[in-house]
Amino acid sequence: MFAGNDLTCIRGERVVFRGLDFVAAPGVALVLQGPNGAGKSSLLRLAAGLLTAAEGALTWNGTAITQDPDAHSACLVYVGHLDAVKPALTARENLAFWSRLGGGPAEVGGALESLGLGPLADVRTRLLSAGERRRLNLARLALRPAKLWLLDEPTVSLDAASVALFAALARAHLGAGGLIIAATHVALDLPGRVLAMRSNARAA
Amino acid sequence: MNAFARIFARDASLAFRHGGGAGLAVAFFVLTVTLFPLGIGPETQILERVSAGVVWVAALLATLLSLDRLFQADYEDGSLDLLALAPLPLALVVLAKCAAHWLTTGLPLLIAAPVLALLLNMDAGGLGALVLAMLLGTPILSIFGAIGAALTVGVRRGGVLLTILVLPLYIPVLIFGVCAIEGAISGLGARPHLLVLGALLLGALALGPWAAAASLRLNLD
Repeated sequence: MFAGNDLTCIRGERVVFRGLDFVAAPGVALVLQGPNGAGKSSLLRLAAGLLTAAEGALTWNGTAITQDPDAHSACLVYVGHLDAVKPALTARENLAFWSRLGGGPAEVGGALESLGLGPLADVRTRLLSAGERRRLNLARLALRPAKLWLLDEPTVSLDAASVALFAALARAHLGAGGLIIAATHVALDLPGRVLAMRSNARAA
Repeated sequence: MNAFARIFARDASLAFRHGGGAGLAVAFFVLTVTLFPLGIGPETQILERVSAGVVWVAALLATLLSLDRLFQADYEDGSLDLLALAPLPLALVVLAKCAAHWLTTGLPLLIAAPVLALLLNMDAGGLGALVLAMLLGTPILSIFGAIGAALTVGVRRGGVLLTILVLPLYIPVLIFGVCAIEGAISGLGARPHLLVLGALLLGALALGPWAAAASLRLNLD
């Protein structure tokens, strides 16, 4: 169980949200919904440990992530709204780098196949479309079993067939007792709960 | 250390790929230095007198040009977020990137420098000191440069700001680099200057990656 208690996030001079609580439980996706600027991306970056909360704490079964940040980043995969794809490398080289950086194997054919990228494995990624690059970024989810997936608009620029591939991957992850926190406007047909976020325009 | 080697290998290979810009710094270095004989004129005494300074100043400027490659692309395409979450302290990520930057920028400058020094009629007695001084000095340029590059990574078109931040840090390298060559030529010896450069390199290695990592964290926020 991954939870946030009484979180306050301040970016620059602006309070993005204040007093926010959430609980992400195994097998149920936590879907963040809210207008632009409500802090969905900020909450995901906070959960990844890329941002620090001004107040409040994030906990794994009651233990704060600040006690062991390395263990926390080892058990999550963060998919931001940028694709982290190097145009000069092929799809396979891009994915193999992230796999080996995380201590995984250099062979990433299975992960590429799981998002339908098999035929594009040896194409330079600067020739790929936005949706294909997005799928390459999502393929990192299939590299290693990580407990927590943090997904920022994972289905942007995906076609219907790719959304279905991704949803199948996410369902399998939830079925295996994984956790998902996702900001999305698309109904993914996952077992999930919605966390409604309001926009907060007050100054700090 | 595996993750360190992966990042080093990726950055080095990216620099040699399409649009990586590995050759640009050394091309800039060669062109700038060859402009001096054209501008100053062919009097060998004058060229000999300015050779050490010209080679070093051109090397500093060539390094500056290549610094935006260190973190900017990774910041813009989101890779930096993932590198910050990698199972490696961010300071070591920075050090791996600096090492790759040195291999693709500093080392080519080091190889080109003696040839350019001969072009400027540098006394042959100074060439050994030039190579040694650049061997110690160019890694410092990469590491100090990484601090500036990390501070300006979120700034659009931060190139000029980066130059203003980093050039003052490069002054000690310039002074001791030139003094080492002139010491060798005049017979006073290059050793003390090379020792100072060595000390600067150790200091940079010890502090630079942590300073750059802290600046990157600030910019990821």
